[in-house]
Amino acid sequence: MSTTTATTSGLRRMLHQRRLVAGMIITAFVVVLAIIGPWIAPYGEHEIVGKPFTHSGSFLGTDYLGQDVLSRVLAGGRSILVISVLATALGMVGGILIGLIAAYVGGWFDEVLMRLNDVALAFPQILLALLVLSAVEQPEWWMIVLLVGASHAPRVARLVRGVALGLVSRDFVASAEALGESRIRIVLAEVLPNMNAPLLAEAGLRLTYSIGLVAALGFLGFSTDPGGADWGQMINENRLALLVVPWGVLAPVIVIGIFTIGTNLMADGITQLAEKGGES
Amino acid sequence: MAQVQRQDPQAEMPAGEPATPEASPRTRSTTTAWLLWLARRVGLAILTLWLVSVLVFFATAALGDPIRAILGKDYESSPSRVATLEDQLNLDQPLVQRYLDWLGGLFTGDLGTSLSNQLPVSELIGDRVVNTAVLVLVSALVMIPVAFGIAMISAHYRGKRPDHVIQVILLGLAGVPEFVIGILFVALFSTTVFHVLPAVTISAGGEGPWHNPGSMVLPVLTLVFAVTPYVARIVRATLLEVLDSDYVELARLKGIPEGVVMRKHALLNAIVPGIQVVALQLAWLAGGIVIVEYLFSYPGIGSSLVDSVRNNDIPMVQALSMIIAGIYVGVNLIADVLSILFTPRARTAIAS
Repeated sequence: MSTTTATTSGLRRMLHQRRLVAGMIITAFVVVLAIIGPWIAPYGEHEIVGKPFTHSGSFLGTDYLGQDVLSRVLAGGRSILVISVLATALGMVGGILIGLIAAYVGGWFDEVLMRLNDVALAFPQILLALLVLSAVEQPEWWMIVLLVGASHAPRVARLVRGVALGLVSRDFVASAEALGESRIRIVLAEVLPNMNAPLLAEAGLRLTYSIGLVAALGFLGFSTDPGGADWGQMINENRLALLVVPWGVLAPVIVIGIFTIGTNLMADGITQLAEKGGES
Repeated sequence: MAQVQRQDPQAEMPAGEPATPEASPRTRSTTTAWLLWLARRVGLAILTLWLVSVLVFFATAALGDPIRAILGKDYESSPSRVATLEDQLNLDQPLVQRYLDWLGGLFTGDLGTSLSNQLPVSELIGDRVVNTAVLVLVSALVMIPVAFGIAMISAHYRGKRPDHVIQVILLGLAGVPEFVIGILFVALFSTTVFHVLPAVTISAGGEGPWHNPGSMVLPVLTLVFAVTPYVARIVRATLLEVLDSDYVELARLKGIPEGVVMRKHALLNAIVPGIQVVALQLAWLAGGIVIVEYLFSYPGIGSSLVDSVRNNDIPMVQALSMIIAGIYVGVNLIADVLSILFTPRARTAIAS
């Protein structure tokens, strides 16, 4: 047993974390579904298969235009997946930069940066997106990425600053400084790699919120591609028939629900794994 | 903000009444320190609100082209309407001047005129602010005991099966968007399965939605389900921390029953972190209502905001955003003050 390498023991530890494994399986399932969905869909995205809100087409029936609900659920995952992942990446990178700079530079600069951060935090995430969309006729997909990413950044920054503050006072940073290494190198090569676990957990959490926000914007009717298949937008399109033929609404709602449960379990699993790893 | 403030070492004891002549110098300095802390904290809140107003105004007025967005395809064909709207939004004046006029209006209660129906904004949102306040308060009143109860049960069974089950359910619920929960409730209670509760809020002729309590059940239930997981998880973590402490151990050794230990020793000490997380979640509710109100057609500021954004009604969006951000800042301020009042350690800590 002593010959086990660090990687395999890390993998074994990961597999023992049931929430992490369950979260990863659920997430992978939805991601694969979203990616291969358009190819396995029985009908086309815009194909009319029968009268609106009836049971023609495949087993989930038809939507408000008579398009096949199952096919549109299968086709509508890609946009939400891509936008959520990009928005999460943007928010993480932005937040990490702000947080690291604030923690490492410190002093009045840190104070000013964190006050501005508080201002951004005073906006519920959805509000920030709605504010800008109010002056836009038709949102583009990159606007949603930018807005959701920008609403994540201050929240990530606060966490990163907190974790980094605990690190910059540690010995290995002091010794790197004594060796005359440049500030950028110290932050990137000494501080950042020591924050992997909290950052990964935060990324999982942010991805969960991104999915919810992107879907919510579609649900509120701010679609980037009117008429196109998109989970959030589908809920909005078929809302009126929820009381009669619910699947046009329920199918995307359930997929979004499962997706967010998966990513959230994953984020929590990473946190637990990091805590246990820290103890041993 | 809240997290940082909680550890603020300058926190001081409120003396309640002004220092009397025979009060010792120490009491007087304690009062001054407390007042100083309060002034600094209120000042910070005002500064934040001012910066929020800058952000709200410039995000709505400077980033896009509101007139083009309002008129859409008519933009090219009707220059007269463009001119009317430009006049109404004072677009001929410089941006900074328009901001200052708008800010001045905020202080005097003049929130401008709605672009979509030409009525004063304050008139349009007056009732809606009350409706939303009722929704949020009722949700909070239901959520707080539920969340604390769940946390106590979970902490009581720590590490055993009921605890695991509760934790997994809370974790699952925590990530699910509120509209998913709301739509599932509608599907369950107002359609095929039970058909007992109305799916939309019906408020006839200016009456508040609470005149029809049945229609408030689902919006409240949705908000409670969206918020409870966060509060319950944090309160449980705090309870566990307290239950591991020396004085709880002592209380147990003295033979005090576990139930009393939980209620008197653990719960009371979980109140302060509880206030902080409840405040954070109340502030979150300010955003959550946008989606929940829209879903249930509840006549509050959230659904109004969605409509205004869709109609590119800039004055309405600006006013509603200021209200929602103001709620957040206000709730955080109150939570910080309450935390200090409830923490003897922070109260008696000596200034400087």
